[in-house]
Amino acid sequence: MDSVTAATATAPSLEVSGLAFAYPDGHQALFGVDFTVGRGERVALLGPNGAGKTTLVLHLNGILTGGAGTVTVAGLPVGRKHMAEIRRKVGIVFQDPDDQLFMPSVREDVAFGPAAAGLKGPELEARVRTALERVGMEAFADRPPHHLSFGQRRRVAVATVLAMEPEILVLDEPSSNLDPASRRELADILRSLDVTVLMVTHDLPYALELCPRALILSDGVIAADGRTGELLSDDELMREHRLELPFGFDPRSVTMGA
Amino acid sequence: MHVPDGFINAPVSVGAGVVAAAAVAVSLRGARRELDERTAPLAGLVAAFIFAVQMLNFPVAAGTSGHLLGGALAAILVGPFTGVLCVSVVLLMQGILFADGGLTALGVNITVMAVVTTVVAYTVFRGLVKLLPKKRRSITVSAFVAAVLSVPAAAAAFTLVYAIGGTTDVPIGQVLTAMVGVHVLIGIGEAAITALTVGAVIAVRPDLVYGARGLTAPLKLRVGGELVDTPAAEPVPVAARSHRTVWLTGLAASLVLAGFVSFYASANPDGLEKVAADKGIDAKAEDHAAADSPLADYGVEGLTDSRISGGLAGVIGVGVTVGAGTGVFWAVRKRRTSETSPSEVGESV
Amino acid sequence: MGAGHAHRLYRHGHSPVHALPPHTKLAAVFAFVLVVVSTPREAMWAFGLYALLLAAVAYAARVPAGFLLKRLLIEVPFVAFAVLMPFVAQGERVDVLGLSLSVNGLWGAWNVLAKGTLGVAASVLLASTTELRELLLGLQRLKLPPLLVQIASFMIRYGDVIADEMRRMRIARESRGFEARGVRSWGVLAKSAGALFIRSYERGERVHLAMVSRGYAGSMPVIDEVTASRAQWSYALALPSAALVVCLLGWTL
Repeated sequence: MDSVTAATATAPSLEVSGLAFAYPDGHQALFGVDFTVGRGERVALLGPNGAGKTTLVLHLNGILTGGAGTVTVAGLPVGRKHMAEIRRKVGIVFQDPDDQLFMPSVREDVAFGPAAAGLKGPELEARVRTALERVGMEAFADRPPHHLSFGQRRRVAVATVLAMEPEILVLDEPSSNLDPASRRELADILRSLDVTVLMVTHDLPYALELCPRALILSDGVIAADGRTGELLSDDELMREHRLELPFGFDPRSVTMGA
Repeated sequence: MHVPDGFINAPVSVGAGVVAAAAVAVSLRGARRELDERTAPLAGLVAAFIFAVQMLNFPVAAGTSGHLLGGALAAILVGPFTGVLCVSVVLLMQGILFADGGLTALGVNITVMAVVTTVVAYTVFRGLVKLLPKKRRSITVSAFVAAVLSVPAAAAAFTLVYAIGGTTDVPIGQVLTAMVGVHVLIGIGEAAITALTVGAVIAVRPDLVYGARGLTAPLKLRVGGELVDTPAAEPVPVAARSHRTVWLTGLAASLVLAGFVSFYASANPDGLEKVAADKGIDAKAEDHAAADSPLADYGVEGLTDSRISGGLAGVIGVGVTVGAGTGVFWAVRKRRTSETSPSEVGESV
Repeated sequence: MGAGHAHRLYRHGHSPVHALPPHTKLAAVFAFVLVVVSTPREAMWAFGLYALLLAAVAYAARVPAGFLLKRLLIEVPFVAFAVLMPFVAQGERVDVLGLSLSVNGLWGAWNVLAKGTLGVAASVLLASTTELRELLLGLQRLKLPPLLVQIASFMIRYGDVIADEMRRMRIARESRGFEARGVRSWGVLAKSAGALFIRSYERGERVHLAMVSRGYAGSMPVIDEVTASRAQWSYALALPSAALVVCLLGWTL
């Protein structure tokens, strides 16, 4: 195995190095963020409100630029040069599915990404069908998005991104506003996927359930990086960064296979 | 009110359709120049806003309520091109999806309710904003005046279209006074709502109001302990040629249309002529009626004058449209050379 | 003015009319209405024939008569105007039930009523047999600028979302004791309208972000195309062609 294949075979899905960023109005959100996510990992990004999580996410596919530091996705640096490729590799599922389902039917929404990348005809159809099957929404292909429940729209939003066959799936608050049954359905879907996952969430039990590793972003830097169970059991760390567990939830009592 | 089929005869409906199509085409290009690749989602959402806000009830008294048409509001909030585009899309979809307004009357509806209101409103607005001091109050006042004039202007435009292609012989003077009169009242309502809404947006996000560009205080730099103005950005060179071509083409098309439509309209053996011929109605009687109306100069009822008066009405209509349109282009051109483009939040796409 | 009738007219079905490609239906209905408008109003029999033609289409499309007739109520405003015409029009007058009405006005009222009603009926038949998505595709196929169709698509997609936000704002206002009565309340209502604009615009920006994240580079990717066979075109154009024959007869007879 020569060095190139060796490098790409083990290239991390995501490498963020020294990322700093300030908005034009002067407010600096990131003060030097460093972390790496390996291929196939599922990582939770935790942190209090205002820590800079959404700002960080928008850097991962090059929507925000102009700061300091680098972001590399599967060996490709995020920048003007490879933008289309980067946007195919980094699939961001935003918090409001209504912002992401902008076509008249579910099928067209899921087809949008691959079609923009140049897919046509039966290949496009196959891609759409596979993506919808992975989230269990293939029966709703011809429905308009506003006929779906919130949980269903969330799943279709995931499908729109899966259809692009991304390297890494970035989810912004995936379990917010979902009822417990929908939360479980989504969790099952995420567990079944063979893709790297970075999940920004306030839902600590969800993070513990799905992500073996967690990062804590606080005051614009990574304050902690380790096994989720250990981080959540560290009371002082949690208190320091305004993270609180739900009433009665004891992370130590949860037995995980992960 | 959306004009139904049959109100305006076929040739004039088609003519209005051509005018509307041209206006929408120009607006598409203008909007794309302004918004670039954000045109589709932004214009779409603004159109959705206009569609929704037209259903907002503004109570007047005792169970009656008024509604916003939105042409002036659109022009001031998102500019003339995007404004015309958004209201046109709303009208188009109302006609096709909800059977609100005749399919053949789409041209008339779009011309009167989307193009005339927006163009008149924007022209008046720009003119006033230039004259008044650069304050937020000026914006809302200008918005009020622009809207209050735009609605009767649309009514007058409709009357003009009716004069050329209406299918019933209701005296134009009566129609004009009734239409304009009622619509001045409606215009006051529209103006109040428009001004208040623009004021509400400016209070929170002045950067989103197209008409308030240049109102923000320029950024200052601290150089050597003193506050200095940021250097002005390079003015974007305006392609004068493209504007002139559009202007000339539009003028030529309008004149041809006015001539063709007017000729056709008067040659069309409509019920008036037939009845007059059958019953031997005296042309003089018609002249008397015409002489009393404020539009005696181009009284369309006069049989003997029908061709000339029709043609004159057409040319006057073209003149008004061209004048307003040129005013818009001039205003837009001036804006592009004198103002810097607003900066976006560090986003690169 | 522009109070907006937001009731979707589409009725799901499997009739031959539903199955026709959308651009053929759009073209056929538009041509039909144009022919109707070009018909002289004195040929009253012609309008009866047009109504029969539309009834045949409604039958083929399995659209119930009650549904169609109920939707015709949209035209109530201009019926009122039509009723006014015989009173204000000029020309020779005639006595009807003790009232002096203008002959020309009566003809004018008939003209507007007949053509307007037929126009609305044709529009309703089109909208009730063609899905929204299909209508947009059909418009695009008929050479409407793609950008315009795209804007229309977003308008329709988010029209309900924005209307929902407006409804929530109203509920919030009323829950805090606000009653919209009289002109005094316009300030508050306009503030809601202003807030709605800001929310809509910001949503537009977010939608753009989502589009860009999925590879949007300025023009919409081609996902669906509509085509029509000659047979389908013939079937669709049967309506306006028959109407054209009636119209020409109306002019010559």
